[in-house]
Amino acid sequence: MLRQLRPVLINGVSLVATFAIVYVLMRLGIIDSFYQDTIALVCINIVLAVSLNLIVGFTGQFSLGHAGFMALGAYTTALVTLHFPTVWGMLGGIVLGALIAAAIGFLIGLPTLRLRGDYLAIATLGMAEIIRVLMQNFTFTGGASGLFPNRYLNWTWMFILTAGSVVLIANYIRSRAGRESIAVRENEIAAESIGVNTTKAKTLAFVVGAFFGGVAGGMYGSYFYWIVPKTFSFMMSFNILVIVVLGGLGSISGSVIAAILLGVVNVLLADPNLVPIRMILYSLILIILMVFRPQGLMGDKELSIRLFRSILPKRRRPPDEGLEPSNEGWLETPEVAA
Amino acid sequence: MSDTATIGKDILTMANVTLNFGGLSAVSDVDMKLQVGELVGLIGPNGAGKTSIFNLLTGVYPPTSGKVEFTRDHKVRNLGGMKPHAICWAGVGRTFQNIRLFRALPVIDNVMIALQHNVPYSLANAFLHTFGYGRAEKQIREESLELLRIMGLEEDANELAQNLPYGKQRRLEIARAMATHPVLLLLDEPAAGMNPAETADLTELIGWLRKEYDLTILLIEHDMSLVMDVCERIYVLDHGVIIASGTPAEIQHNPAVIEAYLGEEVADA
Repeated sequence: MLRQLRPVLINGVSLVATFAIVYVLMRLGIIDSFYQDTIALVCINIVLAVSLNLIVGFTGQFSLGHAGFMALGAYTTALVTLHFPTVWGMLGGIVLGALIAAAIGFLIGLPTLRLRGDYLAIATLGMAEIIRVLMQNFTFTGGASGLFPNRYLNWTWMFILTAGSVVLIANYIRSRAGRESIAVRENEIAAESIGVNTTKAKTLAFVVGAFFGGVAGGMYGSYFYWIVPKTFSFMMSFNILVIVVLGGLGSISGSVIAAILLGVVNVLLADPNLVPIRMILYSLILIILMVFRPQGLMGDKELSIRLFRSILPKRRRPPDEGLEPSNEGWLETPEVAA
Repeated sequence: MSDTATIGKDILTMANVTLNFGGLSAVSDVDMKLQVGELVGLIGPNGAGKTSIFNLLTGVYPPTSGKVEFTRDHKVRNLGGMKPHAICWAGVGRTFQNIRLFRALPVIDNVMIALQHNVPYSLANAFLHTFGYGRAEKQIREESLELLRIMGLEEDANELAQNLPYGKQRRLEIARAMATHPVLLLLDEPAAGMNPAETADLTELIGWLRKEYDLTILLIEHDMSLVMDVCERIYVLDHGVIIASGTPAEIQHNPAVIEAYLGEEVADA
């Protein structure tokens, strides 16, 4: 029992520790408002990347429409908080926005998920652009000048929403529904032959991904004081895809690490001297990373203690077994008769 | 599950089944009957349409015309208009000629994905990983390991499927098909690429599976020793047409079969 609970405990302790450290640093004023904005963006990018990874990395459906779901979440949350200016208004708005994103995801997914590869990418890209253009032309969304909601998202709620989304998506992937998604990615014909309803599996993954894309949008809409349609252009979808590919298709921890890494890179490149060549450096870093890790930072592995053990197999060996270390391990010394 | 009352009854009936691809006729006017508990072979030269018949039976292609009926527990279903996954749930399992495993996944995951008949938890449980989820997952894992043990793959449980040798990949495909709890199992060249010793092992295993799980088996195979050994009846297909059917002994001496395999004797050369 204790053995089974250990990973849960380790995850829980590291989550609480992360929350507490950032909280204390914020209270002490070491993390100023610039870094707070960066942390907020990193959190939003984590939710966006992990939810897109469910669609692209785990289910193998190439979607370029995540900015659309994000826009739905952001606008819904902003409109709700403008009418109910409380923290509960924000939470209600985020849930409502996520549900709307999921519903639109269902309507879009049902016909388009029959398409494969590039065709699906173009269809979802079109969907996101339609949502953006609608936001730009409706009067209740403020048109091109957008909406000006207040900030209700503090670090506590930001952390709960981010960690909660990641944990829920990770649980989904490690269930029957997640296994069906992976089966669809690996071989659709074989998946059908063992009873996987591939249309349903794809649609469900798409809807769940859209839901959490909406959550991320809601976080955006309740943190940054100004939301405009042009934020949710196809460049946003590409940026999310970059994080997913950089972290590794099919690795949740990879998406989290990549989102944090890109946040750090952005902070480093914010130096005024670097501003003129900022985008060049940013692109160069991406190119270099992809040349040396084409499968992404994590590949399709997850960050775990077991992974560390497999990387360092012999150094962790207990001292009581094997007295001649030179005879074992990766040096491959030929065996000597005792 | 079949019981004594259903033995001798038809489980699968194909009547006047035709499959056309444009102007090309892959299968034409095929009649075939399988009885509960039988082990039937389907042989024929390359390109005769054997795999097309499997694809018809599993819903990959709907038949152009004709009737495909599957009977289980006195309930008759027309497989003609059903989706592949629905046919699997009805009780038809299959393997593929060109192995279609989930190559990048561990061996045990290949079986666990297929073991869906006893997943009692809902989507909400899956999101929250409740205790009900934990119990069910443990059970699925144990049953998968049991299937791997039967197929002689338990030591490879955590190996990636693509790293297995060819013969074991074929066994894993059978394990995965068995995980869907079929009553009718379609095996597409299960012994292809195996050496004689592996083929003998597999022959024994197929016979054992059939007894243990009350299976009806339809088998495509080029290895004549396997076909003649285990099959009770054989259908011979050539150019999409059934040219002969009967016991192995009858088939071996059927002139039409010999002609299809060896070619016609040129009389006036």
